[in-house]
Amino acid sequence: MAKEIYTKYKMAKYLRKEALPTALCPGCGGGTVLNAFANAIDQLRIDPRDLVVVSGIGCSAWIASPYFLADTLHTTHGRAIAYATGVKVGLPDKKVVVISGDGDLAGIGGNHLLHAARRNIDITVILVNNFIYGMTGGQVAPTTPFGAVTTTTPYRNVEHPLNIAETVASAGASYVARWTTFHVYQLIESIKKALTVKGFSLVEAISQCPVQFGRRNRMKTPAEMLRWFQKNSVPISKAKTLSPEELKGKIIVGELVNREKPEFTEELNFLIEEVAKQYGLGDKNAD
Amino acid sequence: MIFRGDEPEQIGLLKKLYPKGNYFMQGDEAIAYGALFAGCRFYAGYPITPASEIAETMARELPKVRGYYIQMEDEIASIAAVIGASWTGFKSMTATSGPGFSLMQENLGYAVFTETPLVLVDVQRSGPSTGQATKGAQGDFFQARWGTHGDHPIIAISPTSVEDSFWETIRAFNLSEKFRIPVVLLADGIIGHTREQIRIPDPEEVEIVYRKLPANEEESKYPFGDVHGDLVPPMPLFGNGYFTHVTGSTHKESGLRDVYTPEVHDRLVRRLHKKLEVHETEIQKWEEYYVEDADILLVSWGVSARPSLGAVIEARKKGMKVGLFVPKTVHPFPGRRIKELSKNVQTILVPEMNLGQMILEVQRFVREEVPVIGVNKIGGVPLTTEEILKEIESSAERSRHRSAD
Repeated sequence: MAKEIYTKYKMAKYLRKEALPTALCPGCGGGTVLNAFANAIDQLRIDPRDLVVVSGIGCSAWIASPYFLADTLHTTHGRAIAYATGVKVGLPDKKVVVISGDGDLAGIGGNHLLHAARRNIDITVILVNNFIYGMTGGQVAPTTPFGAVTTTTPYRNVEHPLNIAETVASAGASYVARWTTFHVYQLIESIKKALTVKGFSLVEAISQCPVQFGRRNRMKTPAEMLRWFQKNSVPISKAKTLSPEELKGKIIVGELVNREKPEFTEELNFLIEEVAKQYGLGDKNAD
Repeated sequence: MIFRGDEPEQIGLLKKLYPKGNYFMQGDEAIAYGALFAGCRFYAGYPITPASEIAETMARELPKVRGYYIQMEDEIASIAAVIGASWTGFKSMTATSGPGFSLMQENLGYAVFTETPLVLVDVQRSGPSTGQATKGAQGDFFQARWGTHGDHPIIAISPTSVEDSFWETIRAFNLSEKFRIPVVLLADGIIGHTREQIRIPDPEEVEIVYRKLPANEEESKYPFGDVHGDLVPPMPLFGNGYFTHVTGSTHKESGLRDVYTPEVHDRLVRRLHKKLEVHETEIQKWEEYYVEDADILLVSWGVSARPSLGAVIEARKKGMKVGLFVPKTVHPFPGRRIKELSKNVQTILVPEMNLGQMILEVQRFVREEVPVIGVNKIGGVPLTTEEILKEIESSAERSRHRSAD
C-alpha cells in the first residue's frame, strides 16, 4: 500500500515512505493538514533540509512526525514549542515548524504557546484543533464546545472552550490565522504566509474527528463534519458586522493578525554581537 | 559557536575574559564558569533558590563568548529547550533545585532515551516540597537516579567544594558528550552559596570532549545504532540534511518508532544500560583518604565530605585508624571499590545531609558483619567535624567492647 501511495501522490516525495501508511483513522482531518503543509512547502520551494519539524503527543503530533521527510523531533506531551525554541536558537536560519493538536499545544502546553507568542520567536505552529483528545479515547479537551458529549463528559460539557487563535493573537504573535479542513486552499495560503512571516505564527486548523468527536455529537461521517464546518464558518470580515448573539456557535475563519514586530532569535543575536564586540578579541575599547 | 575549529578564538576569549589565577567566588558561579570552560554555549533555565546565581552568571557571561541564555517560562520548558538546542550541536545546560528538578524529570527521561547530551545541575535544597527553600540538603540522591520513569541508566556527579564544582562541571560535560547521556550534577545549596578561593586555569589546561558525529551518510542513518561497536552511536545533528527522526517512543536503530516488537525495546534499553556498564571505570571517580590501614571507614559525598575529612584528620591525631571514601561519581555508584575496602574495616559510617540515602547504596556492597551506620543531619545546617568525630569515637568504643567479648 505504501508503494502505491508513493507513486500516485505528487507530494509523496516529502513523506518518509518507510513510515507509511499513516496511522490516522479513515476520514481524519490530519491527512488534509499534512497535504496542505506539503503543498505549502512545495509551493514555497522550501528544501526539506532547511526544515525542522517538532511535535508533541497525540494524533495530530503524528501528522508531520514521523511522516514528513525532514529532521523531526517528536517530544513529550505539551512541550513541542519549548523544544522548538531550543532548536530555533541553534538553527536560526532554518524553518522550525511545530505541528500538534489542541490538547497538546493549548491544554498541557498552553503556557509554552503563550510565551512563545510573547517572545515572538520565529516558529510556525500549525495547531490542529479537533475539539477532543482523540488518541486517548475521546476525552474532553480545552477546546470541546460547551454542551458537547465526550467520554469524560458523558452527560454534557459544562466548561467553556478556549479560543486559541484569539488568545495567541493577544499574547503577541506576528501572524495568526484560523481555517477549517473544509477551507483547504485558504489553509495552504495561510500556512505559506505563516512560514514566510518573521516572528511567531500560528495557523489554527479546525479539523474533523468523526471517530471520537463526531460519532458522539450527531456527526458520524467525515462529510457531516465538513458540512458543519462549511455551514458554521464566518469570514472574519463578516463577523465584525455580526452581534455576539449571531456569532454563537460559529467558527470565525480568516487572518486574525498579520503584523511586524521584533523577532526573538534575531534580537538575541543582535544583543550577543553587541556584548561580544564590547568584550571580544581585537576590540581595543574593551581593554 | 562551540564547534570544533572555533577553539583558537574561544580560547583567546576565555583567556582574556577570565585570566588564569585565583578568584573568590561562590559554588554556583564556579559551576557557571566550569560550563563556559567546558564549551557550554546554550543555557535555558528558570529561577529558583539556591541555583539562581548559575543563571545570573550565565546570563552575564554567555553573550561575551557568543553563547545563548534564555529564561524560559518554567523548568519543564527549560530542559525541553536544552534538549532542542543539543540536537543542533550546542553543549547545553540547565540548573535548578528541588521542586524544579522534580518538574524536569519527564524530559530528563526523554533525554536519556534519545541519547541527548546535556548537563542538568540540581543545587539540592531542603525538602520535601518547598521545604526550607534557602537551605542546602542532600536529599536528591535517589531522585537523580530514579526520578524519571522506566528502566534507565544515568550519570550523576557530586562536587565537594567551590573549586571542585568548576572541575566536576567540566567532567559532567565531557561524560555527557562522550557517552551521549544527560549528566546530573548534584551540587547543594551550601557549596552553591559558599564563597572560597578557586584557581581558574588556562583554557588549554582543560580537556574538552566533543560528541561523536557521523563520519558519512551511512552512519547518519543509524542515530540509535551501535555503529562503532562501542555502544555510543554518532549523533546526526539537525540542520545537516540527514532527515533524522528523534522520538521518545521506543525506536529502532534508524530512529523510527516501533513500540510493538518486544525485541526492539529490549535491545535498545539494554544497550543504554550496557553503554555505562562497559565504560564504568571511565565514568566512576572517587577520592580516598587514609584508607590503607583504616578500622573505621567513612563514606561521604558532596558537602558532607569536607567535615568528614576534618573528622578523619582529628581522629587520626587521636590515634584512631579512620579513613574516608568520597564518591565523586555517585551514579553509577562505585560499589565495587567500597566492597574491597570494607573487607578490612570493622565499621562504616555514612555522614550525609538527609535521613539516609547513599547509605542504602553502601549497604548493598558491604558484608553483613560490618555495621553500616548513618550520621545524618537535616534542617539546612551542614554536619560539623565535631558531630562526625563524636560518632567515630562512639563507634570505636563499640568495636572495642565487641572485640573484648
